[in-house]
Amino acid sequence: MTTDTRPATIVDTLTEKFGDNLRSVQPTTDQIPTVWIDRSALQPVLSFLKSEVEQPYRMLYDLTAIDEGSRQHPVQPGTDRFSVVYHLLSFDRNDDIRVKVGLPEADPTVATVRTIFPNADWYEREVFDMFGVRFDGHPHLQRILMPHTWEGYPLRKDHPARATEMPPFELPDERQDREMEAFKFNPEDWGMKRRSEDSDFIFLNLGPQHPGTHGVLRVILQLDGEEIVDAVPEIGFHHRGAEKMGERQSWHSYIPYTDRIDYLGGVMNNFPYVMAVEKLAGIDVPERAQVIRIMLAEFFRIASHLVWYGTFAQDVGALSPVFYMFNDRERIFTIIEAICGDRMHPNWFRIGGVADDLPEGWDKLVREFLDYMPARLKEYDSLVMKNHIFKGRTKGIGVYDTDTAIEWGVTGPGLRATGYEWDFRKTRPYSGYDQFEFDIPIAHNGDCYDRGIVRVEEMRQSLRIIEQCLNNMPSGPYKSSHKLTTPPNKDRTMHDIETLITHFLNVSWGPVIPPGEAFAAVEASKGNNGYYLVSDGSTMSYRTRIRAPSFPHIQMVPAISRGHTVADLLAILGSIDFVLADVDR
Amino acid sequence: MSFQGSALLAILVLLGVFTAAPGLIWLERRLLGLWQDRYGPNRVGPFGIFQVIADMVKILTKEDWIPPFADRPVFVIAPGVIIFTVLMSFAVVPVAPGIGVVDLNVGLLFFLAMSSLGAYSVVLGGWSSNNKYSLLGGLRAASQMISYEVFMGLSLMGVVVMTGSFSMWDIVMAQQGMWNIVPQFFGFVVFLVAGVAEMHRLPFDIPEAESEIVAGFHSEYSGLKFGMFFVGEYLGMVVVAAITTTLFLGGWHGPWLPPIVWFGLKTFALVCFFILLRAGLPRPRFDQLMSYGWKVMLPLALANLLVTGAIVVL
Repeated sequence: MTTDTRPATIVDTLTEKFGDNLRSVQPTTDQIPTVWIDRSALQPVLSFLKSEVEQPYRMLYDLTAIDEGSRQHPVQPGTDRFSVVYHLLSFDRNDDIRVKVGLPEADPTVATVRTIFPNADWYEREVFDMFGVRFDGHPHLQRILMPHTWEGYPLRKDHPARATEMPPFELPDERQDREMEAFKFNPEDWGMKRRSEDSDFIFLNLGPQHPGTHGVLRVILQLDGEEIVDAVPEIGFHHRGAEKMGERQSWHSYIPYTDRIDYLGGVMNNFPYVMAVEKLAGIDVPERAQVIRIMLAEFFRIASHLVWYGTFAQDVGALSPVFYMFNDRERIFTIIEAICGDRMHPNWFRIGGVADDLPEGWDKLVREFLDYMPARLKEYDSLVMKNHIFKGRTKGIGVYDTDTAIEWGVTGPGLRATGYEWDFRKTRPYSGYDQFEFDIPIAHNGDCYDRGIVRVEEMRQSLRIIEQCLNNMPSGPYKSSHKLTTPPNKDRTMHDIETLITHFLNVSWGPVIPPGEAFAAVEASKGNNGYYLVSDGSTMSYRTRIRAPSFPHIQMVPAISRGHTVADLLAILGSIDFVLADVDR
Repeated sequence: MSFQGSALLAILVLLGVFTAAPGLIWLERRLLGLWQDRYGPNRVGPFGIFQVIADMVKILTKEDWIPPFADRPVFVIAPGVIIFTVLMSFAVVPVAPGIGVVDLNVGLLFFLAMSSLGAYSVVLGGWSSNNKYSLLGGLRAASQMISYEVFMGLSLMGVVVMTGSFSMWDIVMAQQGMWNIVPQFFGFVVFLVAGVAEMHRLPFDIPEAESEIVAGFHSEYSGLKFGMFFVGEYLGMVVVAAITTTLFLGGWHGPWLPPIVWFGLKTFALVCFFILLRAGLPRPRFDQLMSYGWKVMLPLALANLLVTGAIVVL
């Protein structure tokens, strides 16, 4: 474990202000200042960080918890069972801070920070759902990802991780009735009225099976005629326990699971995960591998945006664009397949590099695509973005400004459409993005149309990046020679016993990653996608936290759809570009 | 030699119309396939033409389920209304000299009356399903009906003023020298827009907007009753195309080819145009459609009528 060496000014400020309540400072591998505080001081500390400190931490970037119960290398002061982690992001500093609160097993309760950060609402529900941590003052502290009838808290270490560790699943009639009953929506629970002075409201259950929700999303709408008075999104139908799986898969064998988080993003999901593991392991990735990674990630950005483009147009009633765009996506998949051997979920990045070198003739394929695509994008502009009806349906709909976006934890094109230029590829260049020339497109109105414009322009920028990859692909190894690289280089295994043993262990058990914690994030197609990994010095992760962009984006849907019609809601959902697997993980 | 008004002819027109509808379904799917870079049905029979028969067999033999919560009588009547009104509209269409079911001296009014009645089918279907999505579809249909019916009627009055008759046959005869589309261009445009709205097709498929309200007014319908809505929609497309041909495109008039072929070609071209609209355009919101109807189409139709009237009087 390395120690925090940079001048930690924010820690000094906090020590000065909250001296007694600041329990300790935890050194972390990723160098993000991490402070442990008393739980009584949580609200003052967070509100100080959000609004009083110079260059404030305005965004609650992530909120999660860790069950410290079975650690071999404890990190926290005291013997608390749970720690709740608040990850804040400061745009002015371009820096993060992690605030941790330890909670005893007997009384896992902490005050809600919903009043300080509105997006804490769902995060706290998730932590409650997964760990049983209670948040005092939270009005709707109920399960969010698991079924309401679920018993136990899945991410606790004593909760079984495999179905075989649990009794067989049975669904007798009375249980089915109970489960169905749990889905019933009771407006009063959400402080909704059934009627106003002059009209009765309709409560419309939109989803989880609905053509316009792009997956299993349920939104309960309170309607006055067709005008949305309020909305309650319900998620969790796509929950597969990806974070729990991280705790029982080796560091290496978890990579395919990441592919399926944002299933349109392909290797873009591998990216932050392997980056986080490499941070923990201290691996430097060779240049060629970095550029291959960037090229594939940008291909997937275009592929993902094409799906968004087509389905967004379909949401507002244009039937044809989706077919053209899927055809173009198919061309991308041909290239991906030639390089990786798989299309949607190539599972191609490895700890320390990529799985294999680029195949012969890859450059020809990429060149063909680069020649073909710009003309198509131009055609789509006239087909979709310049269409009058389309503009009428999307301009001025679902508007939010930069401050609102930050309040709700919005990242990616949704944030850039409000006129705020913030892109990890520029602000925190990873994997060598600083070596590339490209622009960060922004728009200014923050409505559905502008979110679209930003994405369309991003595709052009991605083409620019891919072209630079093509023209300047460095030579050299595609995988690091570090001993934790998995699978390790094999060329010397038959020459000396050390390499043979390392190879054998890394391949059979998987690599042993040194204890520590690291967070790594990339600018994915939907927003910031980050992995917060806690290693306890074993072959498996101790805690895998996936900071998915779609989760906070869906959370803000009610806030931006009130007063619009049902038809607008579908345009709003389309413009957000979420993937339910990314929301629920 | 005139078959006009004979029972035989009525049956022939009916048969023709009923074979046209499945053909249209196939045509639409193939054309959409062509325009959307894909194939469309191409496996069953030559060019996939038997796909339609397979679909019809499927739809007719499906369980005809009536939801227990629906308003039974209205639920059953609603799909019948659309078929009835659409077929009745065909009665006044003059196909070729001597070929047509009836020559009413209020033919045009009859068509307008029938198309207005047809809207009831959608509203009642949506209402009686007792499903919130259907209800929203029905509500949208009602609002759409209110906004397009007015300017639809007005847009045709220019033609009536010029011809001096409500009879479809007289109107076709009057176009011997020049098609009405030339002097009545604005009337033509307004009527075409209203016509697309009348048959609930994209861009005005607002009552059934799939991505928004599932299947809108016919969400609860299945089997034969769904089939009636489905066929009704396609027949509606033929009616609007046929009426537009009659009123603005000179009906059966045209050089060299026999009149009935001209009528068929013009109608066919319009139908293809409607399909192209579906392939090319997104869908406005229903309040946008309404404000477009009242603020743009209605004044345009009125101005067109006034100018036409003034010219005729002078």
